[in-house]
Amino acid sequence: MIVQLFAGARELAGAASIHLNLPDGATVADLRQALLLRHPGLAPLLARSRIAVDREFADDSAVVPDGAEVAVIPPVSGG
Amino acid sequence: MIHLTRDPIDSGALLDAVRDPLCGAVVLFLGTVRELTGAVRTVHLEYDAYAPMAEQKLREVAALAGQLWPLKRVGIVHRLGKLDVGDIAVAVAVSTPHRAEAFAAAEFIMDTVKELVPIWKQENAPDGSAEWVHGTTPP
Repeated sequence: MIVQLFAGARELAGAASIHLNLPDGATVADLRQALLLRHPGLAPLLARSRIAVDREFADDSAVVPDGAEVAVIPPVSGG
Repeated sequence: MIHLTRDPIDSGALLDAVRDPLCGAVVLFLGTVRELTGAVRTVHLEYDAYAPMAEQKLREVAALAGQLWPLKRVGIVHRLGKLDVGDIAVAVAVSTPHRAEAFAAAEFIMDTVKELVPIWKQENAPDGSAEWVHGTTPP
């Protein structure tokens, strides 16, 4: 699965996206753990970030469907 | 009328787009690039977005405002890329039969955009340093 990164998260990871292999039935919480294993430096910002699954904010308990469009959404600062 | 753009925002065109014969009020809000945030000077801002989700959320914010107030027309345009001091970063225009709801709806739309829509600004300082704004710096 491809996880898209933006703004500060992209800068911290040094990449616009990360490829993760998650088991079937993995939740958003599992995804957060997998991201941290790959990029421990993301920890402080990831803790304040929301996760979007198919362009909607998803709770940690939500299951990430196979093939979903996933993104890390750090605190937004538009406007 | 609801979209992201990398080009300068034509606020006059947005204003014209929401005018309606059934409306006695049109409110236009412009968010512009400020030079000073506290004591920190900004040379320019760089805006980035998760574009497909941001446009979807902008439409949702407009729809939500339409449930709360009798909006006739709504326009929301947010610019991305490099913006200089004084440039328009975001424009919101609404039209309603009476003025109170136009002011209220425009304020609600801006507040909600700043909370929900995946757009980020990077502040670029005179010394060349650049920092993404994620709620840790003063508003």
